[in-house]
Amino acid sequence: MVKPKVQVENLRLSYGPREVIHGISFDIEPNEILGIIGPAQSGKTSLLRCINRTIEFTVGAKPSGTIRVDGEDISEMRNVYELRRRVGMVAPLPVGLPLSIYDNVAFAPRAAGMKKKGELDTLVEKCLTQSALWDEVKDRLDSLGTKLSGGQQQRLTIARALSHSPEILCLDEFSIAIDPVTTMRIEDVLKVLKKEVTIILVTNLVQQARRLAARTMFLWNGEIIELGPTEQLFGDKPKDKRTYDYVNGIFG
Amino acid sequence: MTGSRSTLSIYGEKAIELLIRLCGVSAIIFVFAIFFFVFREGAPILASKDFSLGKFLTSTEWYPTSMSNVRFGTLALLAGTLSVTGVAMLIAVPFGLGAAIFVSEFCTGKVREILKIVIELLAAIPSIVWGFIGLTVMNPIIQNLFHVPVGLNVLNAAILLALMSIPVMVSIGEDALKAVPDSYREGALALGATRWQIIWRVLLPAAKNGLLAAVLLGVGRAVGETMAVLMATGHAVQIPHSIFDSCRTLTATIAAELGETREHSPHYQVLFLIGILLFTITFIVNLIADFVVKGVRKK
Repeated sequence: MVKPKVQVENLRLSYGPREVIHGISFDIEPNEILGIIGPAQSGKTSLLRCINRTIEFTVGAKPSGTIRVDGEDISEMRNVYELRRRVGMVAPLPVGLPLSIYDNVAFAPRAAGMKKKGELDTLVEKCLTQSALWDEVKDRLDSLGTKLSGGQQQRLTIARALSHSPEILCLDEFSIAIDPVTTMRIEDVLKVLKKEVTIILVTNLVQQARRLAARTMFLWNGEIIELGPTEQLFGDKPKDKRTYDYVNGIFG
Repeated sequence: MTGSRSTLSIYGEKAIELLIRLCGVSAIIFVFAIFFFVFREGAPILASKDFSLGKFLTSTEWYPTSMSNVRFGTLALLAGTLSVTGVAMLIAVPFGLGAAIFVSEFCTGKVREILKIVIELLAAIPSIVWGFIGLTVMNPIIQNLFHVPVGLNVLNAAILLALMSIPVMVSIGEDALKAVPDSYREGALALGATRWQIIWRVLLPAAKNGLLAAVLLGVGRAVGETMAVLMATGHAVQIPHSIFDSCRTLTATIAAELGETREHSPHYQVLFLIGILLFTITFIVNLIADFVVKGVRKK
């Protein structure tokens, strides 16, 4: 049995008096793609934000329980910035920083202390290529990232998340603003990336989880309804009837 | 569609549109009207044979009431205004923007509300009261602290002006920072940026237009301020060579002397000319700002 990359134990999260995650526990294996599906308000995004501790940015959010990355309790990590570089995050709506395309991608490496122009150039090109954006922007790396189209910005944020070579990549509905062709290109990239990175894929497109994830988790109202091999969840006989209903679109 | 509307509502629509148009245009009309009236009072002196525009701008000799040899040189007054404003901005810009960043990014809940109220209270203090403080509080402090003979000087007035323009900068600057979408902060945060890196590399570039506007409003406030500087500068006509020299500003000169002049006398007209000079300074400041903002946008 390989040591899990991420261990979540009895994680609870409340915003003020309202608890949104009710004590969930699961492990993520190294180099797997874990799909997380579930309706809106089920706690998917909040869960991701707990893992890289950006949840602390939200006023009133109180997480409890333990999350371990490589066996180390993240709440005891002194260098939270280091943790956030190890856990890359792609948000559902594209967040182009108000900088040039180049600076957007070079932001995290620079924040981590990389200064050499040559290294940065190579890295920027590599990340933009991986996110299937390089060909479209290579001639205008100096123009503002926020001026790109929605889909391009989304790929820019993926490039940015890759720029700090994360060990864990959290994708929060990354394909929401991207056309299907580009989505497929990025999905191919993810399949390759899997060799180096552990990927958590939150998605509203259940078929996307089916295509990519080895294991899938169905999260509903802050509880894990079912977590298991993707074929099991998408097959005829998932353990829980609600999973079957959700996956087959007869929910509610 | 339109057939169902009554004639009255159509005319009502037109009337409201006209009214709004009028409101928009009125700003332009007012600016030109003010410029016109100030110019009308001051312009005749330009044609007078005793007056030279070159001397007006380049001479430091200001003897407007001399019987034998009247001289109207405003260079010393201009230097006074610029030096007081300049020093005030050196103090106010870092403090004002720093406070704006603090209030917007580091404060939450109660502390923030209280701070905002107190800062706005600072803006509500009448300038004459600032003048009192300059005269009775700052004056002896500066004398004792720096061992200078006179505490009414550039430094004194600059500190007052800084304190007066800081609240304006803080509230405008804070608005500008608050207008930066939270998604930028979260995006940068998720990339492992520290708080300082977020502020320096994301927030300041994103909010620079608003912050520039905040600074310029501060400059405008400082250039135009009259009462406090009249009381705190020492009101001596000379080009200040250090921040401990007394000086006199353009605005204070108008305030102090206009009441003593005969209408349409040369002295009266020259004071109006000074008004035009002030107008020109603020116009140039705004113009530069406009170009800077546009340049920034293009990039």
